[in-house]
Amino acid sequence: MSSTPIVPTFVEFFNNLKEGKLLGLKCNDCGTITCPPKNCCNNCGSRNLERTLLSGRGVVKTYTVTYVAPAGYEKEAPYVVALVELEEGPWIVGRLDIDPKVAEEKDLTGKRVSIFAKELPTEPFYLDKTRRIVPYFKIMEE
Amino acid sequence: MRRRVAILGVGMTKFGRHSDKSLVDLFAEAFWEAFKESNIELKDIQAVYYGNFVGEMTDGAANLSGFIADEVGLKNVPAIRYEGACASSSVAFREAVRAVAAGYYDCVVVGGSEKLLTAGTSIGTRALATAVESVYEIAAGLTFPGVFALAARLYAKEYGIPLEKLREMMAHVSIKNHKYAAINPKAQFYGKYGDLKVENVLNSRMICSPLTLLDCCPMTDGGSAAIIAEEKFAKDRVDTPVYVLGTGQASCGALFRQGKDIIKAIPRRKAAEMAFREAGIQPKDVDFVELHDCFTIAEIIALEAMGFFKYGEAGYATLEGRTSIDGELPVNPDGGLIGKGHPVGATGVSQIYSAVKQLRGQFHGYQVKNARIAMTDTLGGDFGTLVEIILGVE
Repeated sequence: MSSTPIVPTFVEFFNNLKEGKLLGLKCNDCGTITCPPKNCCNNCGSRNLERTLLSGRGVVKTYTVTYVAPAGYEKEAPYVVALVELEEGPWIVGRLDIDPKVAEEKDLTGKRVSIFAKELPTEPFYLDKTRRIVPYFKIMEE
Repeated sequence: MRRRVAILGVGMTKFGRHSDKSLVDLFAEAFWEAFKESNIELKDIQAVYYGNFVGEMTDGAANLSGFIADEVGLKNVPAIRYEGACASSSVAFREAVRAVAAGYYDCVVVGGSEKLLTAGTSIGTRALATAVESVYEIAAGLTFPGVFALAARLYAKEYGIPLEKLREMMAHVSIKNHKYAAINPKAQFYGKYGDLKVENVLNSRMICSPLTLLDCCPMTDGGSAAIIAEEKFAKDRVDTPVYVLGTGQASCGALFRQGKDIIKAIPRRKAAEMAFREAGIQPKDVDFVELHDCFTIAEIIALEAMGFFKYGEAGYATLEGRTSIDGELPVNPDGGLIGKGHPVGATGVSQIYSAVKQLRGQFHGYQVKNARIAMTDTLGGDFGTLVEIILGVE
């Protein structure tokens, strides 16, 4: 019997994100949702997992405007990196789709956001040698 | 039955720019200083424990442990490189201690070297960012200042401290550590920035908001080394062996996997508890600490996770001077990573260097009075590798 592994590869995760679908893993033992993919439940370590489609919505918990970027990312600076808590529980790293000046002037923590993906050029040390998919968060209207 | 382990001698290069030296040269320079004060012969050294983080990216150099052993005349001994990001040589130190304690070796050398300043800001920043999670975090361009900038804003929110107030607390960490580094001749900022004001820190160049340049440790080239041995071997050779009373280590995954626990640094709490238990002491018994202030906010978070202050209170303690040289717990009297510099793979053993010199009353800089017990703390990655070491003299 062969079937698709339950835990998506990062390539599959990013392919889905490009189509607007955020893949998560639901733990059948403790109920915790894990995202991005991981071999076991991020809470209890169980491998009794099933795939689930997440809402793609969440709340900004913290963010930073990055002015000094690493080699390979300099042309993108300044950019806004955020940690978002998804409605289903997991936290995820991505970029806020917002003018860095606005991010400096306003407190964006607590803002509701929705996720989408952008494809940016890869760099020599990134594991995907063909592309780099970056999760982006759009601030939702209040 | 575990054997007691002691440090015989320590060495470190001046921290700063060493564009005319290789990673091997920097280790060797630190090694000879440690060797000289250890009163041993080369043939006594049975193994080499070496910490280096990104030699591949900064110097195009890997497979370094054999080269460093050979450079100082050590033939046919096992030489092992340890990589745990910024905690590389602390991981190496702890493994060396465990091997001697277990009776596997009687005497070994441990150290590290790194060259990030010569590598330049762009390569250096990318090299450091190899220690953030390499699939999902680096994709967004997350850097190390970025990790701690995220932690700073979260810290302010979770503990209900206005961000401007937290920035003032963080500025005082920078002022304090630069003040101590300014009179430490081994420090990168020796003779500089000894009299910073809050405004200087707040108004220096923004790196990752809210962290400015003076909230960050610098890029540094440097090396460090220590020679450790079983108790009797040590007592026969040096007047004041410095004993390893306890060690602890713990780990965790990516920043996003930790969620709001980021600012509690849970693995650091676990590692510190492990070290205190092994040493049979409490946080109140520690006379001073050399901890991992890679960024100002990092010192505040570390002090709480290690158990010295309650969560959310170390920033206030810093403002009150409780962590200064004449406070209840002197923190980073050697200037810390912020003032002394941070040659990543060499940093952990350089903390050991400072602690040993302080405990022997031989520190060039702000000497902690009557210190008997010291603790070091080194953090690798985005709270991923934590090493705690407690040292003492009889």
